[in-house]
Amino acid sequence: MNKVMKRTYSYAFLLPAAVIYLIIFILPTIMSFFFSLTRWTLFDWEFIGFDNFVTFFQEASLSIGFKNTFIYAVVTCLLKVVIGLLLGVLLTSKIRTRGYLRSVVFFPTLVSTIAVGIAFSMMMHPTLGLINKALEAIGIPAVDWLGNPDLALFSVALTDVWKGVGFATVIYIAGIMSIPEQYYEALQIDGGNAFQKFRHIIVPLSRSATNTVIIFAFIGGLRSFDLIWSMTRGGPGYATDVIASIIYKQYQAGFYGLATAGNVILFVFVALLAFPLNYFLTRKEVDL
Amino acid sequence: MSRSMKRLSLEAAAVILSILIFWIPLYFVLVNALKDAPGASELTISWPSTVHLWSNLKEVVIANDYMLLRAFYNSTLLTILSIVLMVMVCAMAGFIMHRRSDRLTPVIGFFVLAGLIIPPAIVPTIWVLDNLQLFKTMTGIVLVEVALGFPFGVILFRNFMGGIPREIDEAAIIDGCGGFRLFFRIILPLLKPVTATMIVTSSVSIFNDFVNPLYFFPGSENVTVQLTLYNFMSQYTTQYNLLFMNILVITVPLLILFLFFNNKIVSGMTAGSVKG
Repeated sequence: MNKVMKRTYSYAFLLPAAVIYLIIFILPTIMSFFFSLTRWTLFDWEFIGFDNFVTFFQEASLSIGFKNTFIYAVVTCLLKVVIGLLLGVLLTSKIRTRGYLRSVVFFPTLVSTIAVGIAFSMMMHPTLGLINKALEAIGIPAVDWLGNPDLALFSVALTDVWKGVGFATVIYIAGIMSIPEQYYEALQIDGGNAFQKFRHIIVPLSRSATNTVIIFAFIGGLRSFDLIWSMTRGGPGYATDVIASIIYKQYQAGFYGLATAGNVILFVFVALLAFPLNYFLTRKEVDL
Repeated sequence: MSRSMKRLSLEAAAVILSILIFWIPLYFVLVNALKDAPGASELTISWPSTVHLWSNLKEVVIANDYMLLRAFYNSTLLTILSIVLMVMVCAMAGFIMHRRSDRLTPVIGFFVLAGLIIPPAIVPTIWVLDNLQLFKTMTGIVLVEVALGFPFGVILFRNFMGGIPREIDEAAIIDGCGGFRLFFRIILPLLKPVTATMIVTSSVSIFNDFVNPLYFFPGSENVTVQLTLYNFMSQYTTQYNLLFMNILVITVPLLILFLFFNNKIVSGMTAGSVKG
């Protein structure tokens, strides 16, 4: 790169972004490794080694977060991929209500997560809720969606899918529309049916859309906090507590060292799952 | 069954399902926002016997000493300031990240990617803001929004830069244009489409942000719209009609935005994420 280029594309352009990003994001991330090893009050700290991590793994109310976070991320991610793909296929086909359906599926993406959480927790009310009344009307006994510890996490996950599937669908629509017409023509000449089209053209060739949806939904699921907080606050008991909600609880209680240890654990958890996943997925991607 | 019948029934099924799954929750919020307190606490979707639109709206606005108005002011200011700053820093950084390649390029790329994946460290961020005297200030929360939105934004701008031919730069450089003039007079105007996309998508995410204000912008003076929802919910009593009215009031601005910028929002979401 010559001198003129270097002067023209000066790193001075990068400076404002770098300063903000390094100070507000990278510095705290690095400091979190240190503060997770302390008992900390923001003004004063005391080094206690790995005690915070030991507490996190030993106490049942904290370690349940790992399991819940993982289940939540996997369930929401899988449902978004499957439903998003099917909706993507439906909404790229030649149906007349396509425009309307696209808008409808997409609008929850714009509604505030907290508002969605509150509205759905009302609809999932065990005795008064709309969902149970509808079920009873067709003869299915009422379900305690958010009060049953075995079920609550899945109820929240379903709400998450309701809100987030529009994003997955949009990605799939873009992916499916970028498949060249020739593939469909070849299929037609060979006399393939609709299912073969789905199985042998759409699914493999919208692979990069699938990868995008998986990565975004999975990472988003692992970091998820606001929906869970607005629907159950981690309850009943600790049944829906995920790492992010535990961090908030410890922060509120003033255990800053412990909260920061939670952050480090979440960081490691996300990195250990997301980087290999990303590698595994993109390795198999095909070019159109 | 003939092909067109099949298609028609599929279409009808899709429309009915869309009403059941997507319209009923919205309708549920709407009708209950119009009811009186005892009516709304039954949580049904029947039409209210008397419509309380104005009285509910008034009560929501004046609650907690006009908290909602303060919240709207704070959220709007936060959204505008964050977006202005974010567009500037992301456009400049995206310009350099696309045009320049040397030993630092992969390092920068790695840091940006890390920002998309790593969850922010909450308490250490508070500690940093506090040491800079920025904790609980508008400046502080704006910087947080910009820092956390930067990775996505810069990727958006970098990708868009790929569509602007290098020949434009070269012509300008030969004519004696320096870097700053090149960027501000020639490149920045060409970035208008992606800037519009960024403005629309970021305003949705920042206006709807709950977590960052919760952590980094606490205090009753600093309330943002998402936190006003907790005005009408307490451990013991919930004023359902007002709660639903509040949901409606803070949702409507974005639904209006959606009506106008539907395509921009959708293209923004796909722009950064799909190859090809």
